[in-house]
Amino acid sequence: MTQINRLSGGQIDRDTTLQFTFDGKTYTGQQGDTLASALLANGVRLMGRSFKYHRPRGVLTAGSEEPNALVELRGGARKEPNTRATTVELYDGLLANSQNRLGSLRFDLLAINDRLSNFLTAGFYYKTFMWPAAFWEKLYEPIIRKAAGLGSLSLKEDPDVYDKGFLHCDLMIIGAGPAGLSAALTAGRAGAQVILADEDFRLGGRLNSETFAVGDQTGADWATATLAELSSLPNVRIMPRTTVIGAFDHGIYGAVERVSDHLHTPKDGKPRQILWRIYTKRTVLAAGAIERPIAFENNDRPGIMLASALRTYANRFAVSADKRVAIFTNNDDGHRTAADLYAKGVKIAAVVDSRPDAPRQENYEVLSGEVINTKGRLGLTFADLRLADGSTRTLECGALGVSGGWNPNVHMTCHQRGRPTWNNDLAAFVPGGTLPPGMTVAGAANGEMSTHGALVSGQAGSVAALHDIGIKAKASDLPQAEDAPVSITPFWYVQGCSRAWLDQQNDVTVKDVKLSHQEGFRSVEHLKRYTTLGMATDQGKTSNMGGLAIMAELAGKTIPEVGTTIFRPPYTPTAIGAFAGRHRGMDFHPTRLTPSHTWAEEQGAVFVEVGNWMRAQWFPRAGETTWRESVDREVLATRGSVGVCDVTTLGKVDVQGADAADFLNKIYCNGFAKLPVGKTRYGLMLREDGIAMDDGTAARLAEDHFVVTTTTANALPVYRHMEFVRQCLFPDMDVQLISTTEAWAQYAVAGPNSRKLLENIVDQDISNDAFPFMACANITICGGLRARLFRISFSGELAFEIAVPTAYGDALIRKIMEVGAAFDVTPYGTEALGVMRIEKGHAAGNELNGTTSAQNLGMGRMVSKKKDSIGSILSEREGLNAPGDLRQVGIKPVDPTDPVPAGAHLMTADGPVDAAHDQGYATSACFSPVLGHAIALGFLKDGDQRIGEKMRLVSPLTGVDVAVEIVSAHFVDPEGDRLRA
Amino acid sequence: MIIDHPLLGPRDSAEFTYMGDAKLIDRPDWQAATAAQDFYEYAYLRDNPAGWHEELWFHEAGDRSWLVVTRNTLTHEISKVELARDVARRRGRST
Repeated sequence: MTQINRLSGGQIDRDTTLQFTFDGKTYTGQQGDTLASALLANGVRLMGRSFKYHRPRGVLTAGSEEPNALVELRGGARKEPNTRATTVELYDGLLANSQNRLGSLRFDLLAINDRLSNFLTAGFYYKTFMWPAAFWEKLYEPIIRKAAGLGSLSLKEDPDVYDKGFLHCDLMIIGAGPAGLSAALTAGRAGAQVILADEDFRLGGRLNSETFAVGDQTGADWATATLAELSSLPNVRIMPRTTVIGAFDHGIYGAVERVSDHLHTPKDGKPRQILWRIYTKRTVLAAGAIERPIAFENNDRPGIMLASALRTYANRFAVSADKRVAIFTNNDDGHRTAADLYAKGVKIAAVVDSRPDAPRQENYEVLSGEVINTKGRLGLTFADLRLADGSTRTLECGALGVSGGWNPNVHMTCHQRGRPTWNNDLAAFVPGGTLPPGMTVAGAANGEMSTHGALVSGQAGSVAALHDIGIKAKASDLPQAEDAPVSITPFWYVQGCSRAWLDQQNDVTVKDVKLSHQEGFRSVEHLKRYTTLGMATDQGKTSNMGGLAIMAELAGKTIPEVGTTIFRPPYTPTAIGAFAGRHRGMDFHPTRLTPSHTWAEEQGAVFVEVGNWMRAQWFPRAGETTWRESVDREVLATRGSVGVCDVTTLGKVDVQGADAADFLNKIYCNGFAKLPVGKTRYGLMLREDGIAMDDGTAARLAEDHFVVTTTTANALPVYRHMEFVRQCLFPDMDVQLISTTEAWAQYAVAGPNSRKLLENIVDQDISNDAFPFMACANITICGGLRARLFRISFSGELAFEIAVPTAYGDALIRKIMEVGAAFDVTPYGTEALGVMRIEKGHAAGNELNGTTSAQNLGMGRMVSKKKDSIGSILSEREGLNAPGDLRQVGIKPVDPTDPVPAGAHLMTADGPVDAAHDQGYATSACFSPVLGHAIALGFLKDGDQRIGEKMRLVSPLTGVDVAVEIVSAHFVDPEGDRLRA
Repeated sequence: MIIDHPLLGPRDSAEFTYMGDAKLIDRPDWQAATAAQDFYEYAYLRDNPAGWHEELWFHEAGDRSWLVVTRNTLTHEISKVELARDVARRRGRST
């Protein structure tokens, strides 16, 4: 079988024959075909099964509004379900399969659903599967999902890349039909920066589908010539295969360019698709119109399609859906299909016109009447007619073109709360008064349904839009073109029909809409959700109007009184991959590496993601089989001699200016004004509501210069907060801030031998007298390199933090390891860091968790009442100072072999174990290698007064129930002798 | 959205972080007799109008200016953009 339905003419390349496979069978088509047109050319009308009833379905349209002909395109990881055959550009080797069937497409075992249709009407799921409720998730839902559905996913990683891009223009024109081309030509000649985008791969819109002349050439030739001129203009960017998906704020539009979808596989590293963000000064929407069907009994058989689609297939693709075609119309436009097909040699069975005054024709029969039913199991064979005189007749035909009139494509005009208005002459909605700012609508999208009207309004829209932004564009002479008025008598559905499809993709019939109304779902939004009318991938582009018209009739209202549902972006289904772009896997966000990263990799470090940072978690050594072994060793080695840890990721904010100390007094709840130069102080930052925000240290390097550190996770929000306080609350303080997190590489050198190690690196005296606990200074190291030294300790040991400009970070860690070899210096990661801070009772993210106050953390007395600081007033409020408040405590197991897991809750030893008697919870836990058992930090009601109490730590979810003792949170060296050594 | 930054010109809103009602500039006097009530209202009672609203935006991926943006929350139209520091000074926050 080779393209038996191929006609003459058309805009296909007959010299380039392409092979493709549909449901395992190989066919040929031509360059310029879509999958749908190539299948029709080969006599294939049956392309899918419907969503609910599994009825045989063919193609309804020739565009992106297609509800029926959805296929699984490609195979393997590139398989793409629910792809509209009408928009798939044919390429050699194309592979497609029909979907939503059990067995073959011709003998779908689930077609039994069609026989059960009386039980499967609107609301069927809600009514039937209500009871017993427990059955829904386990039984009903999986079965329904399997039976009623669309295509299936490959469940494999998408091998292609998607890009994002940004474009700017004076004028964007959406749609390259006669109105869009006319607008683009006008703007292009005026020298404006123009973007012309169209979803099709061949630009020209309906000009390619019609036989009208434009001037002295065919419409398609005029489009080609116009595009050639536009291509020659450097200020015009033509974007075929680009769907504008949404009109967003301030003239920003989203658009998806299908760069490689028309190829077997993307070439030369090109992306499959690009999601463009287009910044426009003005926009002309020339999105055309979409024809709507008429509902009649069994109007969904393969072969029944929109009259305009038949015309597109014949004129553009040189294909007739069948040798013998009938037309059913309520307007003049439907007659054009008969005339065009007749001219191409297709047999016209008859034109059935619902109007009594249908225009007569001599070449074929025109009947006044209606199509009341059809026959044909897998495709149309006969149409039953009821004629105006009351007689009936059966018409033999393999294709039936239906025209119920045209709906201007108002979609994008409604993306910013706009509502369309009703136009009686067109029997359709047209764009309403409130358009997205900067948008002009031209051509059929604005109800200008003739070619002439499109050319004129496109040009006028362009001139007006450019005038707005100060660009002078000339209206030039336009070529002569067809200017027929619209003649339509609204006719939505055939009286007496019930299984007449409105929404073919969601299997919604006239009967369903009537049932919905009968059951009280009378708002258009309720109708939509109850029947699922218009909820499919086509979002009701061909079906909504029919549903609205029937609702209006039932409610005794006019269509505009019923109103439309809201149009929302995206205009057509958009791949999630396009929204994700390159932000996949490790590229989801930027990865930040510390200056010692390469060195740590060389040591075989295991890394952990901390925000965007990669930090060494531990450094396994040969022979160590579990992470605990490595971490225990790192802790003991640090506490025993000396360890080193990269702490570069802690946020650093440089604070300078005459009022720097006053500024720190505002942001920290404790005082900083009296901190001497050369000293560091711990600071607790509160939110204005009195809850702890972050903690860190502030080192005073000079009278007017502090270095503030934040936790790794809060570096950004704390800096933002500090700028808020500086700019919005105290705008005239003499203080400047800059984040220097990346500017300095910083290492913690901790342990009893840390001073001895650093004495080999630092150029100055760092003895306890010269550089005591909490000292800080600008220093030099290694004979002159500038550095900063802080005598601060997170581990509880004698410790220093040493910082050098980032470029020297790698050199410094290697130097520390080299001179530290004498002390067996041990690198430690974030796990050992965590163990040591829990052993010391230092709060971290688990304790500073956005719900805890200074009081909870045992730092209530730090909040100075003698000065104004953020959060100080509200930290005094009653709710944060009530008896029975949580206090930070230490928790240890009575039996040293028991675990004390974080997240478990504290209960009294002999009271009930339930939420009502909750006493507190464990926040951070670890195994302490120093103590030889598990320990935890936690919050306990009145915890500071309950030291020594025996309690139960329980987690019913994980089966934990451990006897514990409440202890001080300072497990190791509570007096702090070591850090002052 | 596009925010017309008073120093840098039009910038995409993706460069900014949003914080809401610009009344946050009007932080109460901590020494007032009514300070507790004042701070409670300041921290918790915020306008959220459907219509014109003065909001704080932080140019986080830019020059780190806090801005007061007058924006219509229904249409997203922006009628005025000022440096928050200038607004704060005007509202008497100079020390």
